Amino acid sequence: MIKTHAKKRLEIIVEAPVLARLLDKLDQVKVPGYTVLPALSGRGLDGSWSREGLAGDAGRMVAVICILDATRVDNVLEVIQALLARQIGILSISDVEVIRAEHF
Amino acid sequence: MSVFDLAIQNLLSPMVLFFALGLGAALGRSDLTIPEAVAKTLALYLMLAIGFKGGAEVAANGITPKMLAVMGIGAALSFIIPVVGYAALRLTSKLSSIDAAAVAAHYGSISIVTFVAAIEVVKAAGLPFEGYLVAVAAIMETPAILSALLLVRFSQKKAGAVSEQNLGELLREVGLNASVVMLVGSFLIGWVTGPKGLSMISSFIVEPFRGVLCLFLLDMGLVAGRGMREGLKHLSPPVLAFGLLMPLISAGCAALAIWPLGLTQGGAALFITLAASASYIAVPAAMRLALPEAKPSIYLTLSLGVTFPFNLSLGIPLYLALAARLTP
Repeated sequence: MIKTHAKKRLEIIVEAPVLARLLDKLDQVKVPGYTVLPALSGRGLDGSWSREGLAGDAGRMVAVICILDATRVDNVLEVIQALLARQIGILSISDVEVIRAEHF
Repeated sequence: MSVFDLAIQNLLSPMVLFFALGLGAALGRSDLTIPEAVAKTLALYLMLAIGFKGGAEVAANGITPKMLAVMGIGAALSFIIPVVGYAALRLTSKLSSIDAAAVAAHYGSISIVTFVAAIEVVKAAGLPFEGYLVAVAAIMETPAILSALLLVRFSQKKAGAVSEQNLGELLREVGLNASVVMLVGSFLIGWVTGPKGLSMISSFIVEPFRGVLCLFLLDMGLVAGRGMREGLKHLSPPVLAFGLLMPLISAGCAALAIWPLGLTQGGAALFITLAASASYIAVPAAMRLALPEAKPSIYLTLSLGVTFPFNLSLGIPLYLALAARLTP
């Protein structure tokens, strides 16, 4: 049986225009890494949205996934919450298991 | 040609009909879509082509005091129009100061696709125009954003909407926005390489231009239709009326401002179109950063779902007719 290690997974769905600033903040707090994924479409409090056909960034959403040790979560949240508090988006934290603990 | 004839000719052009096709398809919930990457590529192509052609024309004719004056007036209008729009919205609608400022910023800035569509109408009417208006378009992109942010500051009388540090960062991001970099960069390359450079790549940026514009307008129609379907419920009657009347107010301001300069009829029509158009690429992205509390469902729907179709169908012929009154 392969040994796994408990970590925290931050999933941040955020407006595309804010992405560069968010990644700067994650770099600033020296997270071990992150992955940016395109979000296709969705629905929120102000109605639905879709990335189809958009020539600009406004109206598009992206997802940023970052896996961290639990001891780092509060510090990272404090920094990115200052940026994201006024933006459209969703920030969630979940428990995950990873195989290579030293990467996170 | 009367305004009515111009309007009919414009409405029956392939560009407007493709826009209408996209609009109808989206309103009818067709599954017709254009992938985001293609839409971005088409937008970059249009900016490359229009910027390069404008630069090549300036290379052929040189820099003139009139060109500098038109640039200065364009920048000033971009700054002033949001103030007029903001006052109009605050007086007639119940929008908050932040929403009103965000909407007003869109109307001070410009829509490059409306400008490109107007160029095609001017060309179809056989009218010459000043090539440097492309540079004027680039200059008019950003002062409106600064104007809107100052409006919010003054209206709220307190810090918080935008910090000094964020403002500097925002202006850098807006100034280096992809559309501005592409337009200004292509303009400069066209200027440096001149008509010879244009002849080298004309098979890419001249002949296919109208076909690509049709495809892009089809996409704009799809996005505008989607915005109408989802967003019109967010617009109160006064806000909706603003989307139709503000372009005419801006057009009137622009006509008065450039009247003494004696632009060609085509050039005057294009300048008026720039002032009357509303941004839907650069400003919405800037507003998400600078005024995130402002509702995109209001300003995007108004700019893209109301003002853009109005300008494309009826506005441009009206501006052409207005320009005819300004020129001997």
